Amino acid sequence: MLQKIYDWIDERVDITPLWRDIADHEVPEHVNPAHHFSAFVYCFGGLTFFVVVIQILSGMFLTMYYVPDIENAWRSVYYLQTEVAHGQIVRGMHHWGASVVVVMLLLHTMRVFFQGAYKKPRELNWMVGVLLFFIILGLGFTGYLLPWDNKAYFATEVGLNIAQDVPIIGDELKTLLSGDEEIVGAQTLARFFAIHVFFLPAALFALLGVHFILIRKQGISGPL
Amino acid sequence: MHKGKGMKFVGDSRISAERKPNIPKDYSEYPGRTEAFWPNFLLKEWLAGSVFLVGFLCLTLAHPSPLEGMADPTDSGYIPLPDWYFLFLYELLKYDFASGPYILFGIIIIPGLAFGGLLLAPFLDKGPGRRPHRRPVAVGMMLLALTSVIWLTYQSASHVDWESRAEANKPVPPSEQVNIDTDSEGYAVFENNCMSCHGEDLQGGAAGPSLVGIDRSVDEVKDIAQNGTGSMPPGQFSGSDEELNKLAEFIISVNKEE
Repeated sequence: MLQKIYDWIDERVDITPLWRDIADHEVPEHVNPAHHFSAFVYCFGGLTFFVVVIQILSGMFLTMYYVPDIENAWRSVYYLQTEVAHGQIVRGMHHWGASVVVVMLLLHTMRVFFQGAYKKPRELNWMVGVLLFFIILGLGFTGYLLPWDNKAYFATEVGLNIAQDVPIIGDELKTLLSGDEEIVGAQTLARFFAIHVFFLPAALFALLGVHFILIRKQGISGPL
Repeated sequence: MHKGKGMKFVGDSRISAERKPNIPKDYSEYPGRTEAFWPNFLLKEWLAGSVFLVGFLCLTLAHPSPLEGMADPTDSGYIPLPDWYFLFLYELLKYDFASGPYILFGIIIIPGLAFGGLLLAPFLDKGPGRRPHRRPVAVGMMLLALTSVIWLTYQSASHVDWESRAEANKPVPPSEQVNIDTDSEGYAVFENNCMSCHGEDLQGGAAGPSLVGIDRSVDEVKDIAQNGTGSMPPGQFSGSDEELNKLAEFIISVNKEE
């Protein structure tokens, strides 16, 4: 039955080459922890992606309850945390996942760096990876404000003041982020929400796509 | 791939009528013990991922995610702290060479050099060698950067009393938020003597705990106001006995309304 459905689609859309492209790639001996246990360092990148997927899924569920306005943001988080079934676990996954993703990303970056895997021909992929690092940090910074508790508010205020100290574009940069020249308030929360949920994830997906396509094209770097 | 004349298509589409077999590649002739990604290696990846997921879920269950009280922009006593992965930048800005007139060093030049160097690493470290000992400059710079980041983070985090911080900023459940009669005489006394530490809604702050939800008698409140308790020094209250009575009754009344 499944085979028939597959054949029916394949006849019309020709998905076999696509599927073989995804499925057919070799895993060389030197990256396979089944053969050399020390190859577990090659798992860091995959685990980073795994935590990013956790972040995306838990974040999607959080938006079912979260309200991005200053009157209700904190209340909705509090409600989610105390009243909603398993709400605490979902928020916990998103909160701790943010830290775990930074840790895994750091480990992955160190693995690539100390193995010199960024050398020709993989320069481009290294730069895409560093940009991904910045995006993840940006997601961490914008996500910090969303619960709208004291920690969130005052840390964001400090962050925005630092942005303001940037020469020439400082004031504009701060206004762009916070929505107002002076006030860190309703506008700021709405903007950080939009940046956290739409702008940065869009950039994240695009760069992740490039990152993975480049890995498949170039193959994983050889043993040292 | 079939090209040129004699090609057959499905209907009027551009899809070739010739079906390609859906069989995996054979890796047996590849050097070393190469394994197919699908499905052999992916299954192992999933096993490793499940172990990781279980560990991660244990972490989230053991430590519920923290939430402090609702943001209060007027709380001037609050000491801001970023999330741990920004602590090193925050700590850097406390050094003399990275703050005040040299703030550009702290926010642009030092982080710019560090992250710029990271971004452009393949072009700065162009030698053919990949082993760490064959590129001592690059590896040395990275170790230096790593050490500084860890050191700065440690410096910043070790000065914070995380437990008392969490204790002082506990969230107040919306149902327990009390209506405080700010026009009462007792509140006026509170404003003059206690508010700087205990907050304008008695919610507490960096220096003093919340006065909502306490289990004390009128006499105990009077005694604490004059003689202190715990980390609260004596002599915080300065006023007449009559004012002291009003203050104590006010604080007790707030707690009774719940």
